[in-house]
This record gives sequence, structure tokens and C-alpha cells, in this order.
Amino acid sequence: MSEAKDYKYVGTRRVRPDGYDKVTGRANYGADLTLPGMIWGRILRSPHAHAKIKGINTSKAEAHPGVSAVVTFQDFPEKSQGSPLAQNILANEKALYHGHAIAAVAAKTVQIAEEALGLIEVDYEVLTPVMDLDTAMADGATLINENLKTVGLPEPATEASNIAARQELKIGDIDAGFAEADVILEREYSTPTVHQGYIEPHACTVRYDENGQSMVWCCTQGHFDVRASTANLLGMELGKLKVVASEIGGGFGGKTTIYLEPVALMLSKKSGNPVKIVMDRDEVFKASGPGAATKSWIKIGAKKDGTFTAMQAKMAFEAGAFPGSPVGPGTMTVFAPYDVANAKVEGFDVLVNKPKVAAYRAPGAPQAEFASEMLINELAEKLGMDMIDIRLKNAAREGTQALYGPKFREIGFIECLEQCKASEHYQNAVAEGNGRGVGAGFWFNIGGVSSAVIHMNPDGTATLLEGSPDIGGSRASMQSMAAEELGIAPERIKPIVADTEMVAHNDTTGGSRTTFATGMAVIEAAQDVVRQFKERAASTWNVTPEQVEWADGVARNTAGDGEMTCQEICASAGRTGGQITGRGNINARGAGPSFSVHIADVAVDKDTGKVDVVRYTASQDAGRAIHPSYVEGQIQGGSVQGIGWALNEEYIYSDDGLLENPGFLDYRIPLASDLPMIDPIVVEVPNPFHPYGVRGVGEANIIPPLATVATAVGNAIGRPMPDLPCSPPRVLKAIQEG
Amino acid sequence: MTVVEYSAAASIEEAVSLLLSSDIPAKVLAGGTDLIIQSAGLDPIKVVDIKNIDSMMGATIDGDGLTLGPSMPCAELYSRDDVKALFPGLVEAAYLIGSTQVQGRCSVGGNLCNSSPAADTIPALIANAAQCVIQGPGGERTVAVEDFVTGVGRNCMAKGELLTALRLAKPAAGTSDAYLRFIPRTEMDIAVAGAGVSVTLDGAGTCTAARVSIGAVAPTALLIPEAADALIGSKLDEAALDKAAAASLAASSPITDRRGTVEFRKHVVGVLTKRAATIAAQRARGE
Repeated sequence: MSEAKDYKYVGTRRVRPDGYDKVTGRANYGADLTLPGMIWGRILRSPHAHAKIKGINTSKAEAHPGVSAVVTFQDFPEKSQGSPLAQNILANEKALYHGHAIAAVAAKTVQIAEEALGLIEVDYEVLTPVMDLDTAMADGATLINENLKTVGLPEPATEASNIAARQELKIGDIDAGFAEADVILEREYSTPTVHQGYIEPHACTVRYDENGQSMVWCCTQGHFDVRASTANLLGMELGKLKVVASEIGGGFGGKTTIYLEPVALMLSKKSGNPVKIVMDRDEVFKASGPGAATKSWIKIGAKKDGTFTAMQAKMAFEAGAFPGSPVGPGTMTVFAPYDVANAKVEGFDVLVNKPKVAAYRAPGAPQAEFASEMLINELAEKLGMDMIDIRLKNAAREGTQALYGPKFREIGFIECLEQCKASEHYQNAVAEGNGRGVGAGFWFNIGGVSSAVIHMNPDGTATLLEGSPDIGGSRASMQSMAAEELGIAPERIKPIVADTEMVAHNDTTGGSRTTFATGMAVIEAAQDVVRQFKERAASTWNVTPEQVEWADGVARNTAGDGEMTCQEICASAGRTGGQITGRGNINARGAGPSFSVHIADVAVDKDTGKVDVVRYTASQDAGRAIHPSYVEGQIQGGSVQGIGWALNEEYIYSDDGLLENPGFLDYRIPLASDLPMIDPIVVEVPNPFHPYGVRGVGEANIIPPLATVATAVGNAIGRPMPDLPCSPPRVLKAIQEG
Repeated sequence: MTVVEYSAAASIEEAVSLLLSSDIPAKVLAGGTDLIIQSAGLDPIKVVDIKNIDSMMGATIDGDGLTLGPSMPCAELYSRDDVKALFPGLVEAAYLIGSTQVQGRCSVGGNLCNSSPAADTIPALIANAAQCVIQGPGGERTVAVEDFVTGVGRNCMAKGELLTALRLAKPAAGTSDAYLRFIPRTEMDIAVAGAGVSVTLDGAGTCTAARVSIGAVAPTALLIPEAADALIGSKLDEAALDKAAAASLAASSPITDRRGTVEFRKHVVGVLTKRAATIAAQRARGE
């Protein structure tokens, strides 16, 4: 392990290579590409939350002057029509949520396309919408999918249900655990449907080519997966579809699937023109993939000294219109920060008439750990214990058997708790009348498949091709790691997010994998270059490569005299065997989990219920911060999204299932002026499976704020706040009922 | 995308004539911060830009009080210490509209003519008994601001009419005002409830005159004489403030929507009435 080593570039705060273009407006995002002959696509969306589609007549739209193509679900190849992804992209027999795509038009202008949408006749039979978990799970509920049967039941299901799946995890003996307890608490919690709130709407420009030169330009977290899903739905070979990832204006998990790309390609195929589709903000809220609403029941038993003896949870997650909520990671993370011998978790994946949920930063964990962390704070109060001390008493550490399977290796949870406890914030008592909360978060992080290539140029500069869209400053980190290995200045290395034809497959940017896994591919590629540097120098000096030492960008002959710089080797590479290219193709294992602990102080206006977060501290284990500024940025950004989730963010639906706040005016993410400084504490307990000790840092930070803030609000008003968001009407009601 | 026929008027008379003669719907373009958003996707409209008319864009104070050009950008109004000294509540209401960027274009007159129930400046104008000067084909008329707005997004202006000035009489000695709104965040939002209050105090601190107006809790901003009556004659003690709050609450008729429930809005408009009255009184006392 390289813990004690001093690095030259790793750990420094360098200006990001993509920064200048972004602040000057020069960077090209999803909507910025225009092609010759390009026409515009628009999408007709369901005005109903739940309706049978009895017929679609597109003839008037097709005849409208300026319209080049109209597509519906029937335009998907027949073998793709059973795919839930296809049915989400364009509705088949039923419209399953307000805003569900029904048909699409491509026309000379956006205005003509919109006029044509108005000419499409859809015969709907409106059905009762199923808008919440209780309604969806009730006996005799209206069925969203008449053919869906619950999987994961002890006995195979015989009746159709809105419950797509049941999952269970257990360890030890839950009844014996509760029998050992001196105190047992249980409570129900709920969280609303939320949106990732990325600033850049989904957008793509495509060109279909019958000769195998089709192209998609889009904003995505994973262009290789866009290629795979799109090609699969349209029956294309991967090699005949190029996908280029534009710069991306935020994703947070919401850009890990596809909505527009196959539709645009079908329109392009029909019309023969390149097609651009850009979602409005309204469409992003209605028809992309929000974060799941949940209901949880938590029960914890503990000894008088605070030792947990049993932890139990039952959680239901809304999947939206198709199965696949993050209830799995929810059940796996709910108690993961704690060392407990007896635990049982049951989870349900439930259909409702809302858009199919997508990943949202640590998918499933904020909702699940909100519930468990809330009850732990209540337990601490009941036992007269400090909120951090009760966690220290039960904290998972190296060797702890996690409920979800593995035994933890080196982890930094205790360090996060201790550094928070020692912080100036926590050492000072909360101001009179205000409330304080603490919360913890656990996230697995993932590794996966990454590929990188480094081309050395004849002047000794390097071109670094990798395939992970950069949503959090990863190009800066890749540059630092490549520079560290090559021993040349980072400014001499140009990192590029390469398209699907320039490097081999890369998994999507998600699971906080990029700095860890793609970083390892980059390190491997750089080491491959260094190996070749040594070979070239060795052949020049007529020694063996082992006799050549490489340091600070210079080869040194240890068997005699001689030095060759990187520039000299590259300048003569053509004569010593050809140009030098390094490759790294890996499947990274051993992603180190990240833990996070937060402290919040809030002031509550007792007359209006308005909450003001007055102080906030957030710690997280980064393993090793390759670029400390961007690690701090991740901690601050995740904290702010979690604070928004706790305070004001929620999808508001009418009684008939229509979304009433599809915009940033009434979907209230926090503004800069709503927030105090988020003080980050970067903890570094190196991950033994990464050359520099990196752990992913993108996600664990969004988990603690929900319980941290809700506990602080509850403490300020003297009433628990088990239902999110803690919006002013709800807080005022709690005060008035108190 | 909307097709727009654009004209810039050099005088009030020309503006009136352009508005009157248009054979498609004609709209006055001041800052455009509401108009441009609302016009998206509509049928063709004619816009008459009145920003070249000096009197529409300035503010003058004389012995009679303030004459405010309806289209003066709120950012400019906010920089006018002389206006702030007389009507701090009106200026703070104007300053709440939109973002910093929007402040450079949006205006008090635009806010009034847009006639939203949640407009921030309307309760502040009502609290200050503003008079609206309207020029039309038949000449000039004056309307009390509380009678200007007639419904959600509707007002008393007829085709060809233009709001040319807002007149606020010079406040009596010992008078000041305040406006407060409630939003769940700190800015960039629309009032869930609002309250504007003006009070006049005598040397002994007794309230001798008051006007109370509430916003976002009825189809139009309302003047609440009962709330003013609760304050007049008192020293703005807790009991008087509570009575005024209760009057505002009783007069409100809000709806439940994505911005708040009926119960919440009624409660909060009472709280805001009380708080705005307290701030106005502090200002009147020179605190």
C-alpha cells in the first residue's frame, strides 16, 4: 500500500482541463450539435396518468406540410416490442404515466413538429391512476400491468399484482436479538418522489445511415450503454453505431438510461435526415427517471449501553410504471454502517402510475438509511446517549460481517465519526432554540470495465483517451494519475472522453466508479507506456530494460552512463520501433466502500414552519483524494441535494395523477442563498485494492442529510419528523399538533 | 416560437394609437419578463415597446409625493435612496421580483399590469394608497390601485389604454411601510402569502392611520380595512397586532395548490400582517 508515499501530482488542486471551455460557454453540450439537413423531433406525451390506448391515427400529422416522419411504438422492430425499455420510450397498449411518450414527429422546424403533434389523434380509455404505495399494494388494487406477478415470494404467486418483487436479507436470529434488548423502538417513515435536478435537459442529435455509419451525439453518463441499448432495440450491430458523449450538465444517475435516442434514429431512418430532439424542462420532470418514493418501517432493539441487539426493516419502493426500483440496494444499505448480529430486511418493488424511476446518486440508500438513521437518533435520545457515541458503539469496522454479504476490509466509518465529533462545529453546543441532527451513510461503490489508451506524441506530450463521461472533474483526476505514473507535467497530457469507436467498452459513469476503475485503466495504460519507454532507452544503450530506471520523466541507465528524457524517446520513437501507445483494459475489482457522517444545525421559524440550515459539516472517507477540490465538491454537492430532499423537494400530483410542479419554480431545489457553507472533512483511509488508495466519493454524501436535517428539525420543534420533505406546511402542522 | 409584430412608441399618444389600431392582440412591452414567457407558443401578437418614453422609465419626488414611471426597472428603483426613504416597503417588494438578472428589466407597473394574485408590489402599492394614471383614446383617468386588478390576470384596462404613472402621496409625518412575503426558500420564488402595511404614529406612539393589504390569498390582492381598524388607536401592542392578523386571516380566501394549503396560507398571512405592521411601526419611529 502506498499510504506513506509522497506524490508529485496526485493530491494537488489543479485547474481542470475542461474548465475554461465551460466557464466561457465554449463547451458543447447535448443540444449543441447541428448537422447539415437536420430536422427537429418532438414527442407527443400522454395527458393521462393511466389510460388504455385504443388507437393512434397519425395520418393528418404525416400530411402536415413540413413534416418528414412520424413514429409510434409499432415502428420498433417486432422482436424489441416485448422490452419494457421500448415500452417506456414509446407507449404500447397503455399510457402508464402523465407525460409517457406516445408518438414522435420530425419536421423542418420545432414549431411545425409541435403543430403536427396536435394533429395526432389518440383514442384513450382513461383508467384509475394508482399513485401511491398503499393504493398499489392494497388487495383488489387497480392493476397497472395485468400480467405482472410478484417474484420472490415463498410460494410462487398465482394472482397478478402491482408488487413486482419481494426481497429478503437476514442474519442471525431476529427474535432472539429483540429478546436480548432493554429498549425497543419502531416507527414508520416516508420519502417523496424526487428528481435529480440536473440542469441540462436530455438531448440528442442523430444520423441514421443504412451503410453502417449511424451516429448518435447525446448527453449521457454512459455512451457505451447508450450504444448497447439503442442498437439492441433497433436490431443494429454495435460496430455500426457510433455514440459520442457530449459535455454533460449533470446526471446524478438520471442519465444512465435512454429516452430519446432510438426515437430520433427511427425518425432519421424514416425521413432520411439527421434529427435533433431536445427535451423541455417540463418533459424532463414528467418523463425522465426520478428517484423512488418510499415507505419504511424500522424496528431496533438495544441494550442500555446502546449496543444494538436486533435491527429489522420492511421497505416498499415505488418503481414507477415498470419494475426495477432500487429497493435492492435499499435493503442492502439500510443497516450497513452497523455491526449487528441479528437483522432482517424485507423489501418490495411496487408499480405506480409515475415515470419509471432511474438511478439517483447512491440509488435506494438515501431513502433506506433515512429511516434507520432517524430511529437511531431517537434511540440515542431515549437512552440519553450522544448521537455520535451511539454510532461509535455500533460502528462497522474491518472484519465486520455486513448484512449484505461481505466482511468489510479497511473502512473509514469510525474515522468519519471521530473527526465529526472532534470538529469545532460539534464541540460547540447548538444555539438556544435551534436543533441539531447527525446522520451516517454507507455506499458500496463499484468497479467494473474500463478501457484507456495513451498515445505519446513526437514532442513528448500525451493524448489520453478514456471512455467515462466526466460528470465530476474526472478528466482532471485522470490527468493527475497519468502524470504521476509518466513523471511528466499534467499540462502535457490531454485527457479526452473518447467516443465508442476510439476506445473499447467502458461501463457507465455511475456507482462512483470512474476515478477508481477508469483511473486504474489509465494507470495501467501509463505503466504500459513507461515499460515501452524503458525498452526504447534500453535498445539505444544496448542494455536490458531492467537496467533502465524511470523517474520524473527521464530514463536513466543504471548499468552505465546515459539519460533520455520523455521528449527524446518520443522524438526518436519512429526510429526505435514506431510510435508509442499504452493500453489499459481492466475489470476493476475491490471498490472500497465509502462512509459519510454529517452534522446539521437548523433554525425553525415557529410561526411559519420555515427551516433555515444555519451550519453544516460533512465528513467522508475518500480513501485517497486524487483531486481534493473535486472531492470536496462532491461532498458539498451531495450534501446540498440531500438537504433539498429533506426540506422542500417533492413531486406534487393532482388527484387524477397529473404532475403539478414540472419545473424549477415549484420543484424547489435549494438555492445558494438557502445554504450555509457546507464544511467538508475529507477522511483518507486508503482502499487496499487501488494503487493510490482511491474510493469512489460521488454518492455516500447524499445519504446522511435526510436524517441529519429531519432530526435537527425535530429537535428544534420537539416533535419527530418521520415524513419528508420537512416543508413549511408540514413543519407548521407538527408544531401546531405538538 | 411566436410571431411578433414589434413597434416602439416615442410618446404616450403614439403608444395609445398603436395599441388601439392593432388588428391582432396588442400588448405593452416594458421589461417583458412576464410577457415573453407568456407569449411562447401563442398566436401572433403585436408588442408596443414603451421604454423609449422617458416618463415611463423615471421616478420623481416633489411636494405632493412620488410619481413613478410604471416601467422603471426594479433595480433602478432599488438604487433610489430618496424613494426608499419614503416608501421602504414598496421598494423591498419591488426588489423581491425574480432574480438579479430579471431585476434589470422587470418593473412595478409591469408587475401590476400582469395582475397576478401573488404579485409582490400590489399589496405594497395598496398599503400606500397608490393611484393609477391611465391614458386612453378618450383621455386620462385615475383609478385607486385596489380597484385596478379585477381578477386573476385581469384588470380594468380597456383596449388602447396605457398605465402612464403611479402616484403615491407624500406620507404624513410619522408614517412608514413594510412588505413581507412567505416563500419556502430565500429568493426566486412566488409568494405563498404576502402582506403590505403602512402605519402613521403620533408623537406618543399611537397609531393614527393605517392601511393593510394582503396578497396571494385571494384572486386579487385585498385592502383589509378591518385589519387597519384594529391597529388605529392602538400602540401596536400584541393584542392589536393579533386582532389585525385575525382580520387578515378572516378576509383571505386562498386555494390549496402546489405552493401551499388553505390552512397554511391563512395562518401565514396573519403572521405576515403582524410582522409587517411591526416593521412598519419601527420604521415610522425611526428605529
